[in-house]
Amino acid sequence: MKKNTLLYLAILAAAGFTACEPEFEHNLTDADYSAGEADFTRYVAVGNSLTSGYMDGTVSRIGQTYSFPNQLAQQFKIVGGGEFTQPSYADDVNNLGGISGLPGFNTRLIIDAGAGGPEPIAGTSTVTLTAQQKAYNNMGVPGAKSFHLLAAGYGNPAGLALGLANPYFVRHATSPTTTVLADALSLNPTFFTNWIGANDVLSYATSGGIGVDQTGNINPNTYGGNDITDPTVFAGTYTEIIRQLTLNGAKGVVATVPNITSIPFFTTVPYNPLTASAIGDGDATVGLASIRRANAQLYGPLNQILTAFGQPDRIHLLSETDANPLLIKDESLVNLGPQITAAAAGNPATAPFATILGQIYGQARQATAQDLVLLTTRSVIGEPPPGIPAPFDTFGVAYPLQDQHVLTAAEVTLVNNATTNFNNAIRAIAATKNLAVADMNAILNQLVTGLRTSDGQIYTADYFSTAKVNTVLFSLDGVHPNARGYALVANEVIKVINEHYKAKLPMITAGYYPGATILPSN
Amino acid sequence: MMAFAATTAFAGGYRVSLQGQKQLAMGHTGVGVVQSAEVLFFNPAGAAFLKDRFNFSVGGNGLFAKTRFQNEANNWKASTENFGNPFEIYASYRATDWLTVGLAVYTPYGSAVEWDKNWVGANLVNNIDLEAVYIQPTISVKINDQLSIGGGPIYVTGGVELNRNLSRSLNENEVPLGENGNPAEVTIRAKNVTAWGWTASMMLNPTENIRVGVNYRSEITMEARNGSAQFNHVPAFAQGTFSNTTFNADLPLPAELTAGFSVQLTDKWLVALDYNVAFWNVYKNLTVDFANNIPTSVNPRNYKDASTYRIGAQYKPNQKFAFRAGYYFDESPVQDGYFAPETPRNDSMGFTGGLTYQITPKLGIDASFLYLHFKETTNSYNYTAEDGTPYSFGGTYKNVVFSPGVGLTYSF
Repeated sequence: MKKNTLLYLAILAAAGFTACEPEFEHNLTDADYSAGEADFTRYVAVGNSLTSGYMDGTVSRIGQTYSFPNQLAQQFKIVGGGEFTQPSYADDVNNLGGISGLPGFNTRLIIDAGAGGPEPIAGTSTVTLTAQQKAYNNMGVPGAKSFHLLAAGYGNPAGLALGLANPYFVRHATSPTTTVLADALSLNPTFFTNWIGANDVLSYATSGGIGVDQTGNINPNTYGGNDITDPTVFAGTYTEIIRQLTLNGAKGVVATVPNITSIPFFTTVPYNPLTASAIGDGDATVGLASIRRANAQLYGPLNQILTAFGQPDRIHLLSETDANPLLIKDESLVNLGPQITAAAAGNPATAPFATILGQIYGQARQATAQDLVLLTTRSVIGEPPPGIPAPFDTFGVAYPLQDQHVLTAAEVTLVNNATTNFNNAIRAIAATKNLAVADMNAILNQLVTGLRTSDGQIYTADYFSTAKVNTVLFSLDGVHPNARGYALVANEVIKVINEHYKAKLPMITAGYYPGATILPSN
Repeated sequence: MMAFAATTAFAGGYRVSLQGQKQLAMGHTGVGVVQSAEVLFFNPAGAAFLKDRFNFSVGGNGLFAKTRFQNEANNWKASTENFGNPFEIYASYRATDWLTVGLAVYTPYGSAVEWDKNWVGANLVNNIDLEAVYIQPTISVKINDQLSIGGGPIYVTGGVELNRNLSRSLNENEVPLGENGNPAEVTIRAKNVTAWGWTASMMLNPTENIRVGVNYRSEITMEARNGSAQFNHVPAFAQGTFSNTTFNADLPLPAELTAGFSVQLTDKWLVALDYNVAFWNVYKNLTVDFANNIPTSVNPRNYKDASTYRIGAQYKPNQKFAFRAGYYFDESPVQDGYFAPETPRNDSMGFTGGLTYQITPKLGIDASFLYLHFKETTNSYNYTAEDGTPYSFGGTYKNVVFSPGVGLTYSF
């Protein structure tokens, strides 16, 4: 009897254990997360390119899926978030981006490993301006400034030729007269993100400061595309946008404008790239000869003349051993052109060039660390300026880089002042409605020294390098994040929502998201 | 032989304590137990005291291991279910009154873990399959009725296969948010890797009812040479670097020292206690050295020596039946911060049981079961690097292992 009992017990135990499943003390389910005080039923994102999912110089079908609002919306779904729609890019069949037939709206940038640098991917854009006439949850419109969100006709195809409309909004505006904000509000949002304002200062900066600081001019209709918005106009516009967004009680997050020193577009090309090797196109011996010739024939005489007129620091002799600064034109300098011409005429060696020397070097100086050389200028340095004869035909070496190539120290100051003003306004206006603030300026500034994510990985504002394939955050246009960068942005917004609205949303780990497209050839 | 050496899952590290149906049922004790040819594994010296001239045992286990993983901060969930079938064959023959020879074939190391392809830890491991068969001829010398010594060489043959993604984000194509696409991956495979080791032991019978044993099994390093490294779904621009090649890698099968004793309390009751220590600290890194220009992959493991404490009992009410039960506590060799999902095991408690039915006085059928209970553990692996910076991958893991086994014993 006893042996049978034991036998049965053994069989029973065996059968019981076979059914065993590993069970956590607390089994993770969606119920572990919560929306807190927020309601994500209808989430609408307003903003510019940074909201639209713009990267590598365009919006593309696949790139758009990584927009930070779309990444956020996937997390919101766990806690009651509804469907999140984005403007259709179904017509971008081959994922090339760009806009068909519009000059300047090129296909997306890729790295051509054969050529070594970013260039638009081969092919012709199939993205059309066909009017979708639909309000989408993602109302980020690339290129939009603050006041554009309230501008009627910003989506009117008839306004395109006049520069009054934006092709991206033309694609989905619900009517020719609607505004971006009106379309956004038509979805009756319960929650919003608003990251507008960057273009109110960045388009000035990315154009090298060729626009005007419109501080004091309160009529945005008179602004050029590359101007800096007046701070009063910005604050007034921003207040109105927030008033309308919160009218029905919606909660939300607003984001500050990133400072240009955290953007690789302004930090990648050094002010002093001119080593002997660089000047000699890789051959230091050739470069050294060029430096000696330049010092003897150009830099030396110019330095003498400028010293005589009390400006000895504008141009120094080039060093044979160190990296030399680029030669740039600074419009804030007193034009010493006539003086240079007169002085050069008195010297038999420079007399034949007296006129052209005065024309070229009247406001020339060597760049300093306070000047920011644009990423796009990299391909210009050393190239011949149009219509300029030898020996003056090398940009940045013998011929000064022009206004559109460099953000000079004075222009940087204007940009920094505007950024500070706008961000102060954003924070103050958000506070009046008790909205959460994602301080993207502060967050992206960490990239200057290295931003450490919770898994320990460190990300910097490094522009693309093959040694950093897994940790580059910026897309190839040098201004906009890539998919991985938008994941980091979305995660920062999640942190702000969790904190401010006592929500519990799962984090997003940037490391899982892709970086640049690299092709062996293009 | 290799064809049958299907893979096995494990307890601490990739050690699998399933080397005999009778002894497994007693908590896998046995260094001080003499009752079947299984003693060739537990303590070769003890074979000298087997009462029959010829002893033969064969058996195998079905090993079911289930692991679940979750991470609350990121809302990650994953699970894996794996099956293995470790086996053992033992034969001993008393050639003369003082000399017994034997042959043991068993599978003490192995690991099979297959996560869902492209799961969140895929850049650490998608799947791993490690197998090692030990073939061990032994001699046992009876010095007198109280003392014997034994031992022999060990020949190991085995193989390993590991598949993982190259990084968290490298993909063959552009993929929309939420889709996996084809992540770039590598499979390294080495077959028919062989190595030699040895074992030595002694047994002391201070009284008629007490046996004391010590057994040592040497470290064996499986030196995989010219294994194949195959890269898949590498984006075109990187195919020049990540091209198929061969690799070298060393995988240590650590030394193990066991000491213990058994007491025959009555005619019917036997109890046994064992203490094992596995010298895992030899496992510092898993280093994969590729033949081409791919940088050598160094994966820190930094295991520590791990002990196991075992107790078992046997009840033989008559000549037909024997019933057994046991318990052990198995320490994990994995240290905090080195908890990788290729061996996602922490400390465990083993509950064992089993029985023997003697069909005839010579032929018996054995059955056993093992249930391994793991506490859930929250841990991480902090030594994977991308672009030179290490980052952490972790979460909460919970394991369950269950293993029923059967065997036959024949002796005369």
